[in-house]
Amino acid sequence: MAFESLADRLQETFKKIRGKGKVSEADVKQMTREIRLALLEADVNFKVVKDFINRVKERAIGQEVLKSLTPGQQVIKVVQDELTELMGGEQSKLNLASKPPTVIMLVGLQGAGKTTSNGKLANYVRKQFNKNPLLVAADVYRPAAIKQLQTLGKQLNMPVFSLGEDADPVDIVAQSVEKAKEEHHDVVLIDTAGRLHVDEEMMEELQRIEAAVKPDETFLVVDAMTGQDAVNVAESFSERLNLTGVILTKLDGDTRGGAALSVKAVTGQPIKFAATGEKLDALEPFHPDRMASRILGMGDVLTLIEKAQQDMDEQKAKDMEKKMRTMSFTFDDFLEQIGQVRKMGPLDELLSMMPGANKLKGMKNIQIDDKQIGHVEAIIRSMTSEEKEEPDIINASRKRRIANGSGTSIQDVNRLLKQFKDMKKMMKQMMGGTKGKKKKNPFNLPFM
Amino acid sequence: MGFLNKIKSKLTGKNDSVTSKFKSGLTKTRQSVASKVNNLVKRYRKVDEEFFEELEDILIGADVGVNTVMEIVEQLKDEARSRNIKDTEALREVIAEVLAGMLQKEDEDSGIHMNPDGLTVLLFVGVNGVGKTTTIGKLANRFKQEGKQVLLAAGDTFRAGAIEQLEIWGERAGVDVIKHQEGSDPAAVVFDALAAAKSRGVDILICDTAGRLQNKVNLMKELEKVKRVIARELPGAPHEVLLALDATTGQNALSQAKTFGQATDVTGIVLTKLDGTAKGGIVFAIRNELDLPVKFVTLGEGIDDIQPFDADAFVYGLFADMLSEDEENEEANQAE
Repeated sequence: MAFESLADRLQETFKKIRGKGKVSEADVKQMTREIRLALLEADVNFKVVKDFINRVKERAIGQEVLKSLTPGQQVIKVVQDELTELMGGEQSKLNLASKPPTVIMLVGLQGAGKTTSNGKLANYVRKQFNKNPLLVAADVYRPAAIKQLQTLGKQLNMPVFSLGEDADPVDIVAQSVEKAKEEHHDVVLIDTAGRLHVDEEMMEELQRIEAAVKPDETFLVVDAMTGQDAVNVAESFSERLNLTGVILTKLDGDTRGGAALSVKAVTGQPIKFAATGEKLDALEPFHPDRMASRILGMGDVLTLIEKAQQDMDEQKAKDMEKKMRTMSFTFDDFLEQIGQVRKMGPLDELLSMMPGANKLKGMKNIQIDDKQIGHVEAIIRSMTSEEKEEPDIINASRKRRIANGSGTSIQDVNRLLKQFKDMKKMMKQMMGGTKGKKKKNPFNLPFM
Repeated sequence: MGFLNKIKSKLTGKNDSVTSKFKSGLTKTRQSVASKVNNLVKRYRKVDEEFFEELEDILIGADVGVNTVMEIVEQLKDEARSRNIKDTEALREVIAEVLAGMLQKEDEDSGIHMNPDGLTVLLFVGVNGVGKTTTIGKLANRFKQEGKQVLLAAGDTFRAGAIEQLEIWGERAGVDVIKHQEGSDPAAVVFDALAAAKSRGVDILICDTAGRLQNKVNLMKELEKVKRVIARELPGAPHEVLLALDATTGQNALSQAKTFGQATDVTGIVLTKLDGTAKGGIVFAIRNELDLPVKFVTLGEGIDDIQPFDADAFVYGLFADMLSEDEENEEANQAE
């Protein structure tokens, strides 16, 4: 969404203050108002916002940040620190039982993503901790919920325990733990039915399940798009159950996810995982600091860096750098580079993590299509190795052949050739010294 | 006669069960919004800046959204000034009036657009987990009860168990489901369903689609394709594109409505899970910021827990407590 980020808003506020020498009461009020609005637009509960503002006010004024040259930055830092702290500071780990099996129960409203998260979590514990999980289908109410879990089980090649739709969920769960012990499953993952926090009967059922198996972890599954009501939901579930953590789902959407803050503030329990996609490996440990940036609309630079580190091959990067310096960069290398970037994930996902990008996106509705990069790849792959090494030899008839081979037009080929040429020129300037004029856009990649 | 009483008398002509369904479904909402406003009115005798600030909080707390809340409060301030209202008690009626005015737009058709000659096609879209499949089941049942012949298309070929889920709803409603295998092309499913609907001469075809987050470009393109196939096979169709919105959703609901609107020309909104959430205020934001009418609301887990959206009943449900308190006061006064 085209919300202004808090950073931009505060910057604007401080522009007015700067040069005044003294900061008035009204200025402070304006500043806290901007923070308040930004948090409310991010769906942080208004009560949580109130407490938060008071804390920030104390810290911000106490440190005399307003005297600093960049008060906007300073205040943002304070806000971000406080947000991070409120969300649990450090990342927290999964609690595994010393004596197996570890019993994990997922609870939450309808449609929050419990069943899918169950499958993802099973995949996660198997991969990370080398566990042998048993999935338990205790949602006997929603049509085809059991079938859904069974399908996930099949995809993961994992057993699913079910007693059909007519069994009592408490019986199902109790028997599943026995079964896990017999068959040496060291993690039991219980999928419960979605329920409203105001549904007495259904909430009692959860309490009975809890009493029967005493889970090591009880996760409240919360949709990241939840609004102000997140507080009431979290309150009701944590009153009834011994919650140990939260899983935040659908974080791959464009929501700011202020619900995260509300839920943490109410339950006092850490958000342990974030679900970030539809595939079964799209579950990550939750990072409070990154979420703080996201709520403030500042982008998730750390995740981006981490992704780059994970997926970029260091040796290859060094080779590339050398090639750039020696000006022996060819279309083959270019292809290689595209491949490296692509490994990090869909481009629009990467873009969304960059600070300021969400604003850009909202305003101009720029949507990067992976297909376009596909076209570039196709064009390069339609070249002979000679052409890739020495693009200058590509004449009209070669262009026609390349366009035909790649299913693109001659204009597309021309555009790529020109861009490649410009890019090389630019590299020369960047690597060869500081002489030439600086280009406005140093990363003018053909697909951007 | 006060504004709320006016609505009430207007509603007495309507089906009682509709009103009571809204009332019971919105119990939680009413408690949070109405009782808070009442409480506020009691604490502040005079209409002043602080009163409005707290009112802002109450409305924001109901997910109405910052922009819309600001507009509502501005409007209230104007009303208070022009009518010279200084007493909060008197302003309470105005609050209900302004809110109701926001939901009601003159000469608007809030019903489902039916194709006058032959097959009507409804397409459901929305993000994951908002309740598309469940709502389709309820709607199919409703049309069936009205004596229509209904067919369902299992267009969610992605989520595990989605096809089975729709089939179970089809069984409950006594309606056939056209399906392919999991993982197949949703456009192909819809194509087949259209052919089947035409040859069987059914009245209404309802197409399910997989939930998708609105920022996934490729998935939105897929949805455009589904819609294109429908339009190609039956000119004028789909007659309605309904966006299912979870009432617990916060400000992201606006982004959903915008993006799905751009991709598929959404014609109306179905607000789901209104029984659970303590709010529903997003309805105000959607009416205010987007030109999209709410067509249905779902208020429970039963197959008949779906109602056409009725702004009067909705506002009455929100403020019924205020009204009964008024009446109690009146009675108390009379007793004295």
